[in-house]
Formats: sequence, C-alpha cells, structure tokens
Amino acid sequence: MAADKVDPIHQFHINKLIPIEIGGYDLSFTNSALFMVATVAVASAFLYLSTSSRSLVPSRLQSVSEMAYEFVGNMLRDAAGTQGMKFFPLVFSLFMFVLVANLLGLFPYFFTVTSHIIVTFGLAALVIGTVVVYGFMKHGLGFLKLFVPHGVPVYLLPLVVLIEVISFVSRPVSLSVRLFANMLAGHITLKVFSGFVVSLSALGTLGIAGSVLPLAMAVALTALELLVAFLQAYVFAVLTCMYLNDALHPGH
Amino acid sequence: MFVTSAFAQESAPTVEGGHTGTEGDTHSGTGVPAETHGVFPPFDPATFPSQLLWLAITFGLFYLFLKKVVMPRVGGIIDVRNDRITQDLDHAARLKGEADAAVAAYEQELAEAKTKANAIGQQANDAAKAEAEAARKKVEAALDQKLGEAEARISTIKANAMKEVGTIAEDTASAIVEALVGGKASKAEIAAAVKSVAR
Repeated sequence: MAADKVDPIHQFHINKLIPIEIGGYDLSFTNSALFMVATVAVASAFLYLSTSSRSLVPSRLQSVSEMAYEFVGNMLRDAAGTQGMKFFPLVFSLFMFVLVANLLGLFPYFFTVTSHIIVTFGLAALVIGTVVVYGFMKHGLGFLKLFVPHGVPVYLLPLVVLIEVISFVSRPVSLSVRLFANMLAGHITLKVFSGFVVSLSALGTLGIAGSVLPLAMAVALTALELLVAFLQAYVFAVLTCMYLNDALHPGH
Repeated sequence: MFVTSAFAQESAPTVEGGHTGTEGDTHSGTGVPAETHGVFPPFDPATFPSQLLWLAITFGLFYLFLKKVVMPRVGGIIDVRNDRITQDLDHAARLKGEADAAVAAYEQELAEAKTKANAIGQQANDAAKAEAEAARKKVEAALDQKLGEAEARISTIKANAMKEVGTIAEDTASAIVEALVGGKASKAEIAAAVKSVAR
C-alpha cells in the first residue's frame, strides 16, 4: 500500500479514455491527449479572452498576453532578424504550448504532456523539419553550406563537416530530451518527496514531526519546478529561433 | 531517473498483482489500469502513435488559432498603441513649438516696448533739458539787459557828478580869488585855470 502511494512513475502512465484503433494503430484518446486538449484550450482561451477588450491601456491579463507576444517576438527578431518574423506564429505557438503544458503539469493529479519524450520529440521534429524544408526551399543545395564553416583548412574539412552533421542531427534529440528530462526528473522528485511526507506521517507522532522536512522540500521544489516550467519553455523557444536562423542564413 | 525507472519496473507487477482496485482510488483517479507493465511509460512505444496523432491535431489547431485570430489581434493592439503614442508625441511636440513661439513673441514685444519706453524717456528728457536751457538763456538775457541799463545809469550819474565838480571848483576858485586878490577874475579865465589843474 505504501509502495503504491510513493510510486513516482505512476503519474506518467497513459490511460485510454476513448479507445480508438485504426489500421492496427492504437490512436486512442488518452489522458495525454486530454491534457493536450486542455493545454490548447487554456492557452487559447487565455490569449483570446484577455485581449478581447483591445484596450489601449491594457488590463493585467491583457498585458500578460502582450508581454508574451512581444517577448517571443523580440527573441525571434534578435536571433533570426526581421526575415525570421515569418516564423513568429510557429515560435509563439510552440512557446505557449510548452509553457502552458508545463504549468498545467504542476497541478496535483494533472498529467504533464511534456514529460513524454514522444511529445517533445514531435515538437522538436517539427522545428527541425521546418528548418530543413525551409532551408532547402530557400537556398537549394546552398543550405548544405551550413555544414561547411568558413576559414577551415581543406585537410580538416572532412572532420569538421562530420562534426557539423552530427551536431545538426543531434539537435532534435537534445531539444526534445532537454525538455522531457527536465519535466520528468522534476515531477519524479516532487512525487518522491511528497511520498516521504505520506509514509512518514503514517508512522505516528514522531513521523509527523519528521515529515515537516520533506514537506518543506516539496514546497521548495514546487517553486523550483515553476521556474523550470518557464525556463524550459523559454529555452525551447530560444533554440527554435536559433535553428530557424540557420535555415535563413546557412553560411556561418 | 534510471534508478527510479528500475524501481518502477520492480513495483509495477506488485501493484498490478493484488491492489488493482485500490490503485485506481489512490492515484490519478482515472481508474483505468496501465496498459503495459514493466516498461517505463514515457518510453512505451505502444503509446506513440496516439500521442503523435493527438499532438498533431491539438498543436495544429492551436497554431492555426494563434496565427489567424490571436496574433493579428495582439499585433493590432500593439500597433494601435504605438501609433497613438507617436501621434500624441507629435501633438505634444507641436504644442511645445507653439508655446515656444508664444514665449518668443512675448519676449520680442517686451523688448520692443522697452526700447519704445526708453525712447520716450529720452525724448522727454531732451525736451525738459531744452526748455530749461531756453528759460536760463531768457533769464540771463534779461539780467544782462538790466546790468547794461544799470551801468549806463551809473555812468550818466558819474558824468553829471563830474560836471558839477567842475562848476563847484570854478565857484570855489572865483571865491578864493575874490577873497585873496580882491578883484574879480573873469569867468573864462577861471574855467581855463580849473581845467588845466584838473588835467
């Protein structure tokens, strides 16, 4: 029973809510899908409703929406220049999606969409796919200059190109694993410390007194996770901007 | 992470073994037991197609909604505000220009009034001086005339007095001659003698 309660992995289980199977693939509407819908609904509703009055002098909520918009806009402009602004909707929706998914995951009993590698990998693949497709569309084979830095001696070129290719290929991996691992590790740690509180409290008076420590830790960790939720959304968006910059300007 | 995943693999079968009913109560509340056991859920490939599909659907809709509705709206709000701020700044600059012009005009008028006042003062001063000068000259002229008249009178009086002195001397001389000599000297002789003595 105690082992049940402190099982820190249980929160990541996928449960089928509406089983759907098409062509041998399991495409069920799961709790993960439910929270994707919730993330999109919350983010869309917030952005839509907070700006519905279109005030010249913004209300608090409207200024939050505007801040997010300008924050991402400036980030993209700094990294990729004004040409990069055509990707503004993509970067903004990525940022908002990851941010709201992370924040929703902080609520107890809520599922954290971004704690599943396939979700973060899907988002990272979308970014890298955009970079590759747009890069080849705009520059043709010139996009391959990305792998050939300027000013490298010819005899070093094969090695450098190999390294550049590996670093490019590892981008979707690092982009997805960074977000996934941060969310996963944070939630496991939170669950473990919260589990300590429950297990210790079950031991009687002394246990309850002792459970103050992990409780304080869980509170502190919650604050840290809030920071991580913002930070990882920011990092994801910043890296997206930098990769998009490569698609726009492949020459180093 | 790896330690805990191992722990999960150990504990999952025991969870499933006897406490399926309680598990639903104590955990996320969905009540549906986990599909696969012994696999760390985030690495369970069985869930990948469904998650990818729903991610594509939800994120795609989110992207479209943001691109078509939210971003034009927020961008519009910010543009309108920037326009308004620029407009207001222009307005303020124009008003400031007007105020500066008014101040300059006022100062010019003030300077003009000052010069005019100075000129008037100078004029009045000059006029007063000229008048005083004229008055002085008139007084001086009158005084000169009076002085001349007085001098003339003095000289006539003096001449008369001198003439009378001659007659007195003649009379005195004839009387002296009469008394001393006892004869009468002619008037003409006495007059000649007095004249020669007086010279």
